[in-house]
Amino acid sequence: MGKRIGTEVSLGVAEAARLANVDVVSAYPITPQTHIVEELSEYVANGHLDAEFIPVESEHSAMSAAVGAGAAGARVYTATAAQGLALMHEILFIASSMRLPMVMTVANRALSGPISIWNDHSDIMAEKDIGWVQLFVENGQEALDLTLAAFAIGEDHRVLLPVAVNMDGFILSHMIEPMVVPDQEEADAFLPAYEPAMRLDPKNPVTMGPVGMPEVYTEAKVQCEQALLGSKPVVKEVLDRFADQFGRRYELVEKNGKENAKALFLTMGALGETCMTAVDGLIKDGEDVGQVRLRLWRPFPEEEFLEACRGAERIIVIDRALSPGCINGPLAVDIKSLFYGRDDAPEIVNVIAGLGGRDVTTEDFREIYARASGGELDGGYTVWGVKSYA
Amino acid sequence: MSDKALTAWRDLALGAAITRPGSAADLKTGDWKTLRPKVDEEKCIKCALCGVYCPEFCISENEEGYWHSDPFYCKGCGICANECPKDAITMVLEEDD
Ligand code: SF4
Ligand code: SF4
Repeated sequence: MGKRIGTEVSLGVAEAARLANVDVVSAYPITPQTHIVEELSEYVANGHLDAEFIPVESEHSAMSAAVGAGAAGARVYTATAAQGLALMHEILFIASSMRLPMVMTVANRALSGPISIWNDHSDIMAEKDIGWVQLFVENGQEALDLTLAAFAIGEDHRVLLPVAVNMDGFILSHMIEPMVVPDQEEADAFLPAYEPAMRLDPKNPVTMGPVGMPEVYTEAKVQCEQALLGSKPVVKEVLDRFADQFGRRYELVEKNGKENAKALFLTMGALGETCMTAVDGLIKDGEDVGQVRLRLWRPFPEEEFLEACRGAERIIVIDRALSPGCINGPLAVDIKSLFYGRDDAPEIVNVIAGLGGRDVTTEDFREIYARASGGELDGGYTVWGVKSYA
Repeated sequence: MSDKALTAWRDLALGAAITRPGSAADLKTGDWKTLRPKVDEEKCIKCALCGVYCPEFCISENEEGYWHSDPFYCKGCGICANECPKDAITMVLEEDD
């Protein structure tokens, strides 16, 4: 039986990687991800985890080493944030195009400049097209559970893709929360040993990651895209299996608040909890409001999302990243294109909130709701709380 | 470039890996070229230096002992013409031949 402990969420995530019996951890410490890999390096040093810890000199190397280790058939884990993720950029595509499962925690953080160590989603929104399965977690238990589940998703032979688990930096990574930690036997029962579909093996030589001539590049891209699209039922299956074994159920898209509400907030990540409290308050005040939160972000769970939004007249999309020069924030762009041409398309309001660690409170959500209901927020996007005068 | 794919995406090996050794031999690198080497056998002394210097290793000896390039792989770089001690090789436009 697992045990319930109070611990920092980062340490819970490190514990999940340990329970997954990773073979290689290749990482560079970057705020606010540092505690995860520090803890893992200790596990390796004190013999709690039988793995190679590769203390690389940069995230570009962290991801390169992860790709190399994955190609050799190892179960690989890494973690990063912000500038570190940006430094990995080119290798992220290589990991997915080589179809190498690995798990990476992204402790989401604003990208410089100005230099900021605080939370928003601008790091991962710049990496939405990397061909990885991407999950967003809302609390500590979910961070631990989905880290373990991420290995099972990526390593499934129907998927064979890297998986990013996004968790808000500091707001979540540095919280101390009660968490149920599975014991090793339970974890092993859930996550069998990794069996690579292909690996570097002198007895059976292959060239991995070759040049893709124009005659083959498109087909290689489509292979990767189809694997990502095909991962959705596997994600669902793995999460269902997780629920059966551990009793904690995670849906691809989750709903809170009123059933068939006229107005819906859409959130990703830890902000969802604040939003949920605000929605509860609004419902008490007699408002017809609900909340949809995306847990699976890539591949986009189209059917599940549309189902969750059925009957809504207005969706208030909360983006935690600014996409300068774009028509909307990155999440709202997805949502608007999803509804384009559909008769049931609701009004879509886009609010960019919580940039660079700015607090977003329940009061903010109430005010956003009031202004959206009053028709004050239609059109493009609104950068929430920006001071034009001080 | 050929307008035909090498393989359907479903038939590609995982991650577009190459599982058959030596398969690059099927890649026609010769269609990049605009110039091709032409050997004047009157001047050639059969020294084989052109074959040694060719970065594509596509010059080989024929039955009469002369050294000629394989147009399937020759990329027209002209290194052979530059290295030939007898100036026996001239680079000519493909269509002029
Ligand atoms: S032109 Fe270049 S590639 Fe062609 S035969 Fe000469 S050296 Fe080789
Ligand atoms: S280098 Fe010139 S002379 Fe020597 S074999 Fe080639 S063509 Fe003939």
